[in-house]
Amino acid sequence: MTLTISRTCLALSTIALAALSSAAVAADQPVIGLITKTDTNPFFVKMKEGAQSAATAKGAKLLSAAGKADGDNAGQVTAIENMIAGGAKTILITPNDSKAIVPAIKKAQGQGVMFIALDSPADPADATDALFATNNYTAGELIGRYAKAAMGGKPAKIATLDLFPGHPVGAQRHNGFMKGFGLQAPDSKINELGKSAEIVCSADSFGDQAKGQTAMENCLQKNPDINLVYTINEPAAAGAFQALKNAGKEKGVMIVSVDGGCAGVKNVKAGMIAATSQQYPLKMASMGVDAGVEFAKTGKKVSGYTDTGVTLITDKPMSGVDSKDTKVGMDLCWGNK
Amino acid sequence: MSTTTTLSSAGSRPKLPPIATLGPLIALVLAVAFFATQSDRFLSIQNFSLILQQVMVVGTIAIGQTLIILTAGIDLSCGMVMALGAMVMTKLAVGSGLNPYLAIVVGLLVCMAFGLVNGLLVTRVKLPPFIVTLGTMNIAFAITQLYSNAQTVTDLPPEMTFFGSTFSIGSAAFNYGTVFMVLMYAFMWWGLRETQPGRHVYAVGNNPEATRLTGIATDRVLLGVYILAGAFYGLASLLSVARTGVGDPNAGQTENLDAITAVVLGGTSLFGGRGIILGSLLGAVIVGVFRNGLTLMGVSSVYQVLITGVLVILAVTTDQLSRKGAR
Repeated sequence: MTLTISRTCLALSTIALAALSSAAVAADQPVIGLITKTDTNPFFVKMKEGAQSAATAKGAKLLSAAGKADGDNAGQVTAIENMIAGGAKTILITPNDSKAIVPAIKKAQGQGVMFIALDSPADPADATDALFATNNYTAGELIGRYAKAAMGGKPAKIATLDLFPGHPVGAQRHNGFMKGFGLQAPDSKINELGKSAEIVCSADSFGDQAKGQTAMENCLQKNPDINLVYTINEPAAAGAFQALKNAGKEKGVMIVSVDGGCAGVKNVKAGMIAATSQQYPLKMASMGVDAGVEFAKTGKKVSGYTDTGVTLITDKPMSGVDSKDTKVGMDLCWGNK
Repeated sequence: MSTTTTLSSAGSRPKLPPIATLGPLIALVLAVAFFATQSDRFLSIQNFSLILQQVMVVGTIAIGQTLIILTAGIDLSCGMVMALGAMVMTKLAVGSGLNPYLAIVVGLLVCMAFGLVNGLLVTRVKLPPFIVTLGTMNIAFAITQLYSNAQTVTDLPPEMTFFGSTFSIGSAAFNYGTVFMVLMYAFMWWGLRETQPGRHVYAVGNNPEATRLTGIATDRVLLGVYILAGAFYGLASLLSVARTGVGDPNAGQTENLDAITAVVLGGTSLFGGRGIILGSLLGAVIVGVFRNGLTLMGVSSVYQVLITGVLVILAVTTDQLSRKGAR
């Protein structure tokens, strides 16, 4: 709760509307809008970068905006309105609130605007014309399979450092991990965290390093024999490592994660994280811009779900599990190298 | 005559109705007793040492927050100022290769400068603390992001992470940072009770006008409180850096409300002038105990948020009722 409130207070600090300054648009230049969750997260910074370079290459004009904070729906609605006023015919959006954004999307579609959801779907998913995103369940499955192979039949005592209750991405990665590890797991449509005897502790990390550390410490207190840690993302993994290190257990415990940010890949290289599933925000955005330019030229809309792919990054490959090393991971990562 | 009465009451040691002091202690004891029955791993010195480590950053921020709330103010900027201080320290030491101790001092000074700005706007321009610190909170956040380029600073020199390391007494490991936090509480508890400026803080919170009429420079007291609070946020920066082992530009986002929660749970009145600083430590620990205990029970941390909300309402209600009773 406090998270939401103080992030809302933060609202004043981040500017919701950006890039609408130059009103003069060449008549035939396609205008494409990009609305991300926030404009501070490196993931979305990379996404914007990908959209900008694709737009420049194709001669399109990119308008970009972001919610004021994670969860800010009103800011995204305002951004949609302003972008339509700015002449956008295609809007790429990462919804902050998958349900609440739908009426605004419907209204804009009535004005002939094509919507492509990036990274996370609207609810219902067919509210947008198309979805370009990572398959989070697959991302979880990959690290689950890797962990199973790396444990080599040793009995697992697993801690999961999850996102926060009720978030579909958190559930998909968690449940995918369980499936990959060979545990009885809910399928990809279930929005609840699966449970199992092997998972001895589950705690919320909010995807944050300090909170991830606290969560890991409490899990170690609950069960000191934990030997495998699944984390929702790499900041949480870094927090988990710090907690393990403080407890003198960093050698005997394996951490697996999801994201593939540059900082995370570095931690894989340093051996803090055994393996991570890398996703590709830049690709989501550049594919979105390409589709927008195509739509402006031919009037042909894209539809359905496109998986933008995920790659397992590790320096200790396991036979039977496809992976790439951290050199490849660094080439494709997002955030500052 | 009335002036002398006010003077003596304003200058005397703060007296509290027992319930405001005992309330948080009772809540803590009940929570501990409950969790002890639910998990056999809860009741150990090592676990309590862990809980203290987990609340040391918020606990230290809460010292500064308590001082400000005692003057009937509030500080929303504390968490962001702490994050900025942490980025300044770590970036100067790692990025610019500055001597770590010097980098820490610069970080502290930056935090105190924010306190100075808050204090000047409150005392000179007479702006409400809520609005002033809402503004500086956003400014501190933006500067943190711009200065750090939203990048986490790693590979810190050992001097900066000293407070994250531990020493052992028997089988239990204690953390230097928590010892430092407890010492800071002890120091401020003494300062507020036993020193002239300490008592002036209570007086300003009780009745600023009467206090001013007794010849106390209330503006100077307020300014001092805001700068001192800034210093505590700076020390919290150091503890946060030591605990996580990195300079994290996204740190501190929930610390303002978490610190206010700790202060309120600890029985300090939001109307100013009443409260014991040690209560804020109890308040911070209560939140930590619930988070830890619920995890050990395998229960979702949402319940910790729920219980915290209920306890805050109880604490404020207790304060309000005891104020009425006092009149």
